[in-house]
This record gives sequence, C-alpha cells and structure tokens, in this order.
Amino acid sequence: MESVSTSTLATEPVPIRERAWLSPLLGVLDSLLIPAASLVASLAVFALFILITGNPPFEVLSEMYRGAFGTWFSFQNTLLRAAPLMLTGLCTALPARLGLIIIGGEGAMVVGGVAAAATGVALTDSPPYVVLGAMMLAAMLVGGLWIGLAGALKVFRGVNETISSLLLAYLGIALLNHLVEGPLKDPESLNKPSTRHIGEANMLGNLPGLDVHYGLLFGLMACVGAWLLMDHSVFGFSGRIVGGNSRAARLSGLGVPKLVILTCGLAGAAAGLAGMVEVAAVHGKANASLMTGYGYTGILVAFLARQHPLGVIAVAVLLGGIGASGGLLQRQFELPDATVSVLQGIIFVVLLVGESFRGKWKLSRLLGSPA
Amino acid sequence: METEAANAIGLWGVPLAVIGGMLRVSAPFLFVSLGECITEKSGRVNLGLEGTLVMGAMSGYGFSYLTGSAWLGVLAAGVVGFGFGALHGWLCGRPRVNDIAVGIAMMLLGVGLAFFLGKPLIQPTAPRLPSFSLGFWSDTPQVVSALSVNLLFLIGVALAPLLAWAFNNTRYGLVVRTVGESTDAARAMGYDVKSVRLWATATGGILAGVGGSFLSLFYPGSWNEGLSSGQGLMAVALVIFARWDPIKCLYASLLFGGASALGPALQSVGISSGYYLFNAAPYALTLAIMVWANSAQRTVEGMPAELASAR
Repeated sequence: MESVSTSTLATEPVPIRERAWLSPLLGVLDSLLIPAASLVASLAVFALFILITGNPPFEVLSEMYRGAFGTWFSFQNTLLRAAPLMLTGLCTALPARLGLIIIGGEGAMVVGGVAAAATGVALTDSPPYVVLGAMMLAAMLVGGLWIGLAGALKVFRGVNETISSLLLAYLGIALLNHLVEGPLKDPESLNKPSTRHIGEANMLGNLPGLDVHYGLLFGLMACVGAWLLMDHSVFGFSGRIVGGNSRAARLSGLGVPKLVILTCGLAGAAAGLAGMVEVAAVHGKANASLMTGYGYTGILVAFLARQHPLGVIAVAVLLGGIGASGGLLQRQFELPDATVSVLQGIIFVVLLVGESFRGKWKLSRLLGSPA
Repeated sequence: METEAANAIGLWGVPLAVIGGMLRVSAPFLFVSLGECITEKSGRVNLGLEGTLVMGAMSGYGFSYLTGSAWLGVLAAGVVGFGFGALHGWLCGRPRVNDIAVGIAMMLLGVGLAFFLGKPLIQPTAPRLPSFSLGFWSDTPQVVSALSVNLLFLIGVALAPLLAWAFNNTRYGLVVRTVGESTDAARAMGYDVKSVRLWATATGGILAGVGGSFLSLFYPGSWNEGLSSGQGLMAVALVIFARWDPIKCLYASLLFGGASALGPALQSVGISSGYYLFNAAPYALTLAIMVWANSAQRTVEGMPAELASAR
C-alpha cells in the first residue's frame, strides 16, 4: 500500500517553485497548525464535558476568557502564573531535546524554594541584592542537582528518567515537609508550618509600571537563553544529536553522559529558580504553598510548545491564563478547583491525538505550494 | 488504633504494623503491578496507571455509595479502569505517538477527572468491603486487628500465580508474550499486534482500577484527594524490579506495603522526628531498587524484547 503511493509520487512532475518565498512562513504555520487545532478541539471536548456535568458551556468558556485575558488586571494575574510555568516548562523541554522525558519539575521547584528560603533567612541582614543573588544561586544549584541526579541515573544505570524524576519529586516534597516541620521551622508558624520570613526588604519587587514581579523577566530570559543554547550553539547541536541517535552521538565522540547530566542540571536549575521566585516574590518563606502544581503543568507547557524554548513562553501565558481563570470558575459556577486540571488533561490527550496527524495535514500541501 | 497497639505491646508494635501494612497497603501495588505486567508483556508501557488508580478509587467509592454494595463499586472501578486502559491502548496504537507521553497525559487527565467528579464524595460514607482476620490464633486484640485482610486482597494474591501460569500455558498468554518479544514473529503467525496490545492495555487498566477501589473501599477506606500519592507510578517501577514475573510482583508488593507502613508505625511508638522522611521510604526504596535492578550496559534480564527496542 505504502510502496504503491510512493512510487506514484515519484513519477509526478516536480511542482514549480513559484511561491518559494512563502515556504519558510508556511513551515512555521505548519508547526503551529496541529497545536492550534488541538487546542480548539480540546475546548470543544471540554465544553461537552461541562455540558454533561450540568453547567452552561459557553458561559463557562467566556468567563474563563474574561478571567484570563479579559481585563488588564486579569492579564497581569495570568502573567504572574506564566512566569513560573515558563521555568518549569523548560525543565521538561530542555531534556526533551536529548530524548529524555523529565516530569519531576515540581520536585526541583520545591527543593529550590526551600534552598532559597533557607539561604534568605541565613543572610537576612545582608544587602537585598546579595540576599536575592545568593537565593537564586542556591535554588538553581539544588534544583539542578535534583534533576541532574535523574540524568545521571539514566546514563550510568539506565534508570528510566521519567519515573525517577517523579519519585525525586515526591522525595523533594517529603524533604520540604520534614524541614519546615523540623530543622527550619519558624516556631511562630503554628497553623501552617513554615520557615522564617526572608525579610520584607529582601523581597523581589515588581517590574516597573506593572503589578507583575521580576519572576516574569527571569522566565523570559531563561527561555530566550535556552533557545540560544539549544538552537544556536555547539552544545545544543550536540544535544540534538544525542536525542536523534545516542549511539551515533557516542560513536562520533560526543561525551553523552556529560551532555545529559548538564542539560538535566540546567533544566532543574530553571525549575529551582521558579521555586526561588515563588519564595522571594510571593510567600517570603517556604511552606506547603510551594506545592502549586506548576511543576506538573510545566510538562504540558513543554509538550504543547513542542519542546521549543520560545514556544514555552507563549504556551506558559496561555496555560497561566487557564490557571488564573480557575478561581473565577469556582466563584461563578461553583465548579471544583480540579476543573482546570480536567481541561489540562483533555488538552494533553487531544494534543497527542493531533500529533499523530502530523505530516498528513499540511498547509503547504493544501495551498499547493512547494513543501 | 495503632497507637493503642503500641501502648499494649510496646516496640513489637513496629514489626506488627509493618506486617499489617504488608497485608493492607500492598494490595493497590499488587493489582497495579499485575496489570502493568500484562501490558508490558505485550511490549507497551502504561505510565498512566496512577490516573487509572485514582479514577478507580473515586468511581468505586461513588458506586458503592450509590448502590449500597461495595462489590458493585469494585466492579465499577474495573469498568472505568477498562475504559482508561482502552483509551491509552488506542492512543498508543496511533502513528508517531510516544507511549510515555500518553501515560503522562492519562495520568494528569485521570487525576484531574477523579478530583472533579469526586468532589461530592468527600463527605458521604459508602459501604466498605468486609474484612476478616488472619490473627484468629491470637488473644491479643492488636494482633487480630493488624492481621485483618479482605477477600479482594486474597484474590490479588491468587491472581499472581494464575497469571504466571497463564503466561506460560495458555494460548492468550503465549500470544501476548509473542507480541511483546517480536512483532515480526507475531505478524508472521497472523496475529494483529495492535489489537493484542489494545486488549493487554485494557486488561491492565481493569486491574489498576480494581486496585484503586481497594484504596477507597478498604484501606484507608474513604475518598479524598490525598488518597494515592504515586502508588500507581511506583507499581510501574516495581514491575521492572520484579523482572516482569507476576510471582515476583507479589513479593515486591508485599515489600512496598511494609515500607509504606514504616512511617506511621514508628510514629506510633513515639519516634516522630523524621516522620515525613520515614513516610517517603517507599519512594526512596523504589529509586534504590531501580538503580540496583537496571543496567546501562545491557538489556535487563526478563525484559520483553519489544519493550527494550522501544526505549
């Protein structure tokens, strides 16, 4: 069947390249087509789900839009959520270039947050920029170690990185609970065990003219940096070879273990930085509020962005918006807070179905221009 | 309950609670790992069984509440598990779809859906599965209560050797193994690889759903959002450790059940300083076992060949 169709293709005349200037643009549009179509389809499935559970689907969807992007206030709220999602999205997207599926961003974020809080509390009387710099370093280092360990276990022992990174996430959460109830506990935090506060003077402020903290800038910078690194450097190129064929990479003399561990380390550092932002800009201390689920949503961010660091920015804003609208849905329609998770799950499943159509649906083919 | 036991029998409470844990906490591990064993024998990984487990727990509890029969709840959990398994199997059968990615998607969807639909089930009390005690020989009430088991656990225990036998001695078992070892051989024999894997994944889903109903209908025996924290995922890791052998899955599940009971057991005798760390023992154990059981150089012994080439 397949061989017949290829042989007929081969005898067809080569199309005239009259619209050649269009093809790079079409290439980009082609790669956006499936995620966009999947999003529309998953909104339809979600609307059906809302209808079945006895709620008005169109009102729910329009209210979600209002809660996410409808007003300047809600859009800033969306950006606040998008900032950590960019960083946790990178935690999955970077190792994916090497063919690894890391899903433990939540753990790296939590341990990064704890490390940041501990550092902030220890240095609380130093100048704010010293405190914040040290907090960032500590969070990125510990987060990097966390995911780097999953990478090391993969290359040295062949341990499945997907499972090990999620196990490490559970271990990180246990560590958070242990530390805030024990060694790092602020004796005054009775109802919700927490570390001490890092000090109001040391908090990460807002971007000029916005109600959005500097975490957004960190997220944007990390994504652009990751793009430069993975798409425009020898390091990233080597990584892509490992992802394409790790045996070929080894035979051509690339240090595969080093590449894997370093990339995983960078991925974990990004998620760790997300934890630092949550501590330094939002809570001022580490406690159970660090378990936001941003780490898990980051997996979806990376997959929707097709593991592209710049795509992560756009998708993080989109999913940040969905997250931001959750509160409004609870108040307006008394929908459970898990509504957002249901929509995320639907998007993920529909996206994978959509990806299986890749190559079949092509704008360039529809328009008849050269592919 | 365990605190009283500790008061009466002192430090003996710790091993007793661990044994009790083996009998009660191990069942979800057992069902999920047996289900995953069937799926992986056919050459596919279902990482999404955590979602199936939670959905099974929620729907089992819901149906038990609505119908008044805990066993109907177990049945419903199995049906829901079948649906999730079949969806996973269908998705993986599509071209260019990575089964690990599908697993993650199904995990997020299952957990989200269970929390959404299970919201009204947190308050009401549903009929639970009946239990009986293996400690009838003892006069100590703590021993009797620690050794209480239920029929569903015993079914799981019986299922392990049954599956091992079926893999080696029945037509279905051989077909599943052939598909898992060599798709070419299976095709040459005239079997449809896709549909065999679809059925194997759906069957695995049934077992994971039933395992979930054990959580909500027997131990801990209620529905809430913190019911499962990675048991489904650990069970998938456990299959590697058990070398895709149902009998070893049983032993490994008992080990994990015991490890899960360690934290609460130590707390009950007054050792509570590292409570959260002891509670994390199963995760650390899984990780340690994976490090020990795997190898970077060669294919793991007993691994279905199609699984090895897919990774």
